[in-house]
Amino acid sequence: MESLNYDLAKTPLREVNQFLHGDASGLNGKHIEINNPNGAHNIAVGLKSEAKVTIHGHAGYYAAGMNQIADVTIEGSVGSGVAENMMSGRVHVKGFASNAAGATANGGLLVIDGDAGLRCGISLKGADIVVGGSVGSFSAFMAQAGNMVILGDAGEGLGDSIYEAYLFVRGKVKSLGADCEVKTMGPTERKILVDLLEKSGHADVDPDSFTLYGSARTLYHFNVAKSGAY
Amino acid sequence: MCGIVGLLVKNPKMRANIGELMLPMLIGMTERGPDSAGLAVFGAPVADNERKFSLYTGEPDFNWPKLSHDFLTHLGSKVINFAQKANHAVLTTHLEPETVKTWLKEHYPQVHLLAIGQLMDIYKDVGTPAEVAARYDFSQLSGSHLVGHTRMATESAITPAHAHPFTAGQDWCLVHNGSLSNAPSLRRKLQYEGINFETDNDTEAACRFLEWRMREGDDLKTALEHGFEELDGFYTLLMGTKDQLALVRDPFACKPAVVAEHDDYVAIASEFRSLAHLPDIKNAKVFEPSPKEMYVWKV
Repeated sequence: MESLNYDLAKTPLREVNQFLHGDASGLNGKHIEINNPNGAHNIAVGLKSEAKVTIHGHAGYYAAGMNQIADVTIEGSVGSGVAENMMSGRVHVKGFASNAAGATANGGLLVIDGDAGLRCGISLKGADIVVGGSVGSFSAFMAQAGNMVILGDAGEGLGDSIYEAYLFVRGKVKSLGADCEVKTMGPTERKILVDLLEKSGHADVDPDSFTLYGSARTLYHFNVAKSGAY
Repeated sequence: MCGIVGLLVKNPKMRANIGELMLPMLIGMTERGPDSAGLAVFGAPVADNERKFSLYTGEPDFNWPKLSHDFLTHLGSKVINFAQKANHAVLTTHLEPETVKTWLKEHYPQVHLLAIGQLMDIYKDVGTPAEVAARYDFSQLSGSHLVGHTRMATESAITPAHAHPFTAGQDWCLVHNGSLSNAPSLRRKLQYEGINFETDNDTEAACRFLEWRMREGDDLKTALEHGFEELDGFYTLLMGTKDQLALVRDPFACKPAVVAEHDDYVAIASEFRSLAHLPDIKNAKVFEPSPKEMYVWKV
């Protein structure tokens, strides 16, 4: 694979991002390495080619946001909104992620090896998120579709007002949000979990050690009997 | 938006260079807070019976030597030290704080008393962090720990008095990233306790609330627990005392913070980009502090 190196201590980020937004035919199959990210925001956002990007260090806000097709690895940790609104492709954070990781993501796979902060997978719209550590409070708030696999614990209000997303949690859940409940894991859901564990480098983890959470669907429709409460 | 930075130097050899180490941290927070900047640094203490008074005036041509001379003449007290930089001066004397306060109010009402303490010097002014740092020679500062702030004003005016850090009592200061929605009611409550305010800034309410709790007998931890009950809004608060730095984030972690713990130092900033240039940062333990938890580092 042809490799290209950028040093953010020398090259402005805008130049690097403009290169990454170039003609897909020139980027497909290339490996772009970015050194000295030093916590800069918006690194490798809006990619839409089959490029592989490696960020050597810690990235700031919105790293690999709006990703399509590309495969982005961050060797360090990331600030808020990593892979937010991702459409497809893969984003891998080897350290921890701050708040709102994978927010509103439509597709693709986000893998976080460490912990994720609050509101991880908020308004998830179809992507898969695998967190090796724990997630903070209000994760999967109003998650509509997609899957979250959490190997550690979850904070307060997990899956509040959730629609049809699946939440697989191995550790403790501090509290469930409104309309989120424990579900029975059938063969279809179990297969989703096994596939995601495999894809995220956790093939050795026992799928039966997870509990599935999903929507109780009691908030789907306006309930006239409870109109006084609205 | 605002930026906060904190640095506690554990390696005594590096304390002479705390200003130099901190400077890229403060400048790294320029985008988060371009309109004013401030810093409180804790250095060598003055003698037990002495206090340092950090003074500020907005008048660019203010006659500082006259103030120093009048102080001597009126109070017959020896000014042990008088160090002036731009619009700031640090006056060291063994007079009681109340005596100095009353004298200033009477003779120099245009001079603000920013802080009182035995270790703490405080500087704050309008301008970009780089401009303020150059004006007050931040790179030359020495000391064991410091807290700094870059401000993007959202709720009150851009003046040096509205810049952070805020102080109350002695050798105690606080910087804040966020906004408090119940600052006016908190102020009224404190005013009933006889506490006076210098600005209409929301952070000053938090600062005076916590200092009041500690005067009422709370330790820092208990005061902050009361803070979690009373303060409504978004906040990451970083506080400096004579021998520690303390950090808390609101229960929703609306405002950021990143910590780097290294054998030689502990550094705190709103974002990692302010920590990226610290020596040997690759070997520091970098983490994001949890909401509603108190983190304390001792000198």
